[in-house]
Amino acid sequence: MADSSPFVGAGARRRLAPALVVPGLVIIGFVALYPLVLALLDSITQRDNGQSPYAWVFDNPVYLKIIWRTIVTALIVAGMCVLVGYPLAYVMATTRSARARSVLLLLVVLPFWTSFLVRVFAWLILFQPDGIVESVLQPFGFDGAILGSVWAPRIAMVQLLLPFMVLPMYATMRGIDPSLLRAAESLGASPREAFARIFLPLSLPGVGAGCLIVFIMSLGFYVAPALLGSPTTSLVGQAVFQQVGTLLNFGRGAALAAFLLAITLMVLGIAALMRRLLGSRTSDA
Amino acid sequence: MRRPGRLLVWAAALFAVLLLIVPTLIVIPVSLGDQASFRFPPSGWSLRWYRQLVEEPAWRTTFGNSLLIATLSALTASVVGTAAALGLRRFLRSINREVVRSTLLIPLIVPEIVLAVGLYSFFLKIGLVGTLTGFVLAHATLGIPLVVTTVTASLAGFDPNLERAAASLGAGPWMTARRVTVPLILPGLLAGTLFAFILSLDNLVMSLFIQTPDLSTLPVLMWSSMTRDTDPTIAAAATVILLTTTVVLCAALTILGRRTTTERGPLL
Repeated sequence: MADSSPFVGAGARRRLAPALVVPGLVIIGFVALYPLVLALLDSITQRDNGQSPYAWVFDNPVYLKIIWRTIVTALIVAGMCVLVGYPLAYVMATTRSARARSVLLLLVVLPFWTSFLVRVFAWLILFQPDGIVESVLQPFGFDGAILGSVWAPRIAMVQLLLPFMVLPMYATMRGIDPSLLRAAESLGASPREAFARIFLPLSLPGVGAGCLIVFIMSLGFYVAPALLGSPTTSLVGQAVFQQVGTLLNFGRGAALAAFLLAITLMVLGIAALMRRLLGSRTSDA
Repeated sequence: MRRPGRLLVWAAALFAVLLLIVPTLIVIPVSLGDQASFRFPPSGWSLRWYRQLVEEPAWRTTFGNSLLIATLSALTASVVGTAAALGLRRFLRSINREVVRSTLLIPLIVPEIVLAVGLYSFFLKIGLVGTLTGFVLAHATLGIPLVVTTVTASLAGFDPNLERAAASLGAGPWMTARRVTVPLILPGLLAGTLFAFILSLDNLVMSLFIQTPDLSTLPVLMWSSMTRDTDPTIAAAATVILLTTTVVLCAALTILGRRTTTERGPLL
């Protein structure tokens, strides 16, 4: 079709055009893919006193606990992002004031473009001993250090990742036809019922997409847990950093990183499978 | 259509917006305090931390390094990523296209700390640790998927017949690219480049592995300072970064907003 172009050279250009992807593939292959494969191979072949790095991870309950804590943290952060972000996305999608919508959109996107490091640092100030957060919590009977607790990084991560939750939810909600809600109400549904039975189910793909992004990004977090948590609340990212950056044990670091990678790929696989199953169900209906 | 509980929903939305914006602003008053503490409110006001920021050579040097690395890596990511996005749509077999696209998105999907492990041992072996080339390559790698994504998004509404029309009117491939393709994908191209630039300027995890005492970046210096002691100079640096990104983003939105009146473009 395209190659039937009568102009000399147009067909050849079209066949050559895929070559444009080569520089990108070379850089990513050289900096990301090849070193990653090399590191994973190292982690399989390396032996410390005859022990493979993977056997070492499984022999140390500390690391299994860290992996578990990382998964739990990612789940909690994604769940909290949904709770905090859903009303915001809902208002952005359903408000009839275009001005309110663009102001809200700007306020969601602004932190998205703001330095992660600066935002984590702000939480360090807020969580200081006798700092703002502690003095706010004191009247509620909270007396302990928030900095270094397992909740300090989690709260910061919710704030850091919230835009990644709100934007996909908003995009999905904008695509929901408002006349569906009016139809439900004209058929006798209360606004609450129309929301629960029409809007909420239709918004779930956006919630799922947001959860996927936030969960995966939380898994690999290093900066927030390292600054706001403590060694006893360590996540996998910190453990990897310690092995590779501090102890220079590349095999063990790569083995821990392999767990992160495996969980990430597993979650992505499940998400793709679910999308396919749900997609085929709706197209059958 | 006044829904019951509408007020409650707005209140919840407002809470989310405040959570997004307000906590970060704490760096501003702390940067203006007169004591070496992160106390809020400060006991008195002064500009001494800004003076420190300007006068101390370490901050100036690393800031210069960061700007240079961010510029070079964003340009690399921009050119390479745009070329890749343009090349992607020319694949005739969709399976090849998807394999190539997934490969280009690897740096976005694989956690940065996982990439850093492989990168560090590889860069140590080939002597790229502590070099400008090492920094630029690593940061450009993180930026490429962003440019590919934003340019691909602009290409979604792109009519290939425009290029064919240009060719039929006698424009060569360069002329067509310069006068037709690039202007049409410019919003996505600029957004992706800006994103890659900011990502490099802010990058910490990979930079921690590549840095040496001789060549380091601003985030690395900020990190070592904030993990070691209580120095409000970081708050001053953070305030400068915060104000700069806000101004740049607002300027970019105004410019891109003027180009496309109905759609805000890929920045939002």
